[in-house]
Amino acid sequence: MATEAKGEEAGLVFHPMDQFIIKPLFGDGAITWYTPTNAALWMGFAVIAVIVLMLLGSSKRSIIPSRSQSVAELAYGFIYKMVEDICGKEGVKYFPYIMTLFMFIVCANFLGLIPTAFTPTSHFAVTVVLAMAVFLTVTILGFVKNGAGFLSLFWVSSAPLALRPILAIIELISYFVRPVSHSIRLAGNVMAGHAVIKVFAGFAVITLVSPVSVVAITAMYGLEVLVSFIQAYVFTILTCVYLKDALHPHH
Amino acid sequence: MEGELAHIGAGLAAIGSGAAAIGVGNVAGNYLAGALRNPSAAASQTATLFIGIAFAEALGIFAFLVALLLMFAV
Amino acid sequence: MATETNSAEAASAPGMPQLDFSTWGNQIFWLVIALIAIYFVLSRMALPRIAAILAERQGTITSDLAAAEDLKVKAQEAEAAYDKALVDARAEAHRIVGEAKAEIQSDLDAAIAKADAEIAAKAAESEKAIAEIRAGALDAVKEVAADTAKEIVSAMGGKADAKAISSAVGARLKG
Repeated sequence: MATEAKGEEAGLVFHPMDQFIIKPLFGDGAITWYTPTNAALWMGFAVIAVIVLMLLGSSKRSIIPSRSQSVAELAYGFIYKMVEDICGKEGVKYFPYIMTLFMFIVCANFLGLIPTAFTPTSHFAVTVVLAMAVFLTVTILGFVKNGAGFLSLFWVSSAPLALRPILAIIELISYFVRPVSHSIRLAGNVMAGHAVIKVFAGFAVITLVSPVSVVAITAMYGLEVLVSFIQAYVFTILTCVYLKDALHPHH
Repeated sequence: MEGELAHIGAGLAAIGSGAAAIGVGNVAGNYLAGALRNPSAAASQTATLFIGIAFAEALGIFAFLVALLLMFAV
Repeated sequence: MATETNSAEAASAPGMPQLDFSTWGNQIFWLVIALIAIYFVLSRMALPRIAAILAERQGTITSDLAAAEDLKVKAQEAEAAYDKALVDARAEAHRIVGEAKAEIQSDLDAAIAKADAEIAAKAAESEKAIAEIRAGALDAVKEVAADTAKEIVSAMGGKADAKAISSAVGARLKG
């Protein structure tokens, strides 16, 4: 990636967004829908990471877990407990789906932290698909499970009658903003972190500032490690909350 | 001229990130205050804490997005 | 400034690669493949396996706990038995000690009695001997005194009557 600043101290050149450019892996042609790109490559790495962690890690089936097996069990227990706590017993049916989202996001985020890596989750295309999948699933599921009763989600029965139509409009808007904030939050956080690291890297051109820049990059990197996990966690927990709304729409 | 105005707008939009920081700090601070008053209930509310932080931060991310759009897409 | 250099370098992409909608189809295609792959790996293989491992471990832990409970009960029983045996043994030991003591005491008493009797006999014997010796000595003293008195009387010129002298000496000795 041609993100390194040009080296003239006079003109600082930042290309914080160049790291997100999607390029074909082979050749330099146009990107059609099936072209293997760097995005596809790193999604593939995420899939491999999930397989290594969850499948190979647990392959020994030992009662006393090895290191990788205990990580797999930890991830399983973490998400399982989250789904069970928030959605209740009926939600456990959708646990593999939520686990898929979590594992993909967390692996993609962490792999994206490797220097020169590409982060698929920094692209709105990816997160919008993830969020829309959740949104559509939850909406369809809500109507299938509760029929028209799902609309009671917008009719706040605990509020005074006069306020209810206004609240209904607000609830409706907030319901349709969900996929937007759901997707933008993840992509925005990941993109912001990576872009800020690049900006600090751009400052490293100036000899006097470069030590500060290196320290700042290190600090941001630590923050990004945290953010990578927390955003995956938040995405998953919000999915659970939305799913709970579909399963039990009554406030 | 128009591009420069966009850059100014981007800088203004970036203030929103700071506002989101205040919001996140508020959420975390109140959580801590509550957790210190009643530590036994704290563990059960971490999920709520993260949801609150996520909602507060989402708006800051929107501001950041607006800044980026003004910088690069206008 | 960033916009110019950006557009100069990557003319095909706008400033934000995220908003280059020409790549969305490609990304969505690969994302769907990745998600389906992960979903199948997780739901068909990994998650049931981990669930089985966790259930198995739970079962092992439960049965181990039950076994531990059994063993604990057994250990408590064994401890009770041991305590009982200890108490019994102590009582037995006490009894044996008491018996031995009594036996020793009786032996001792018998020995003491015998010794006392022997001592008493010996004392009586020696007393008798002493009495004999004393009687002997008294006779000798009497004889010597009578002889001495006869000699003295004869020396003084008197004619000593043996009978009178011995009775006089005997009266003196008694006095």
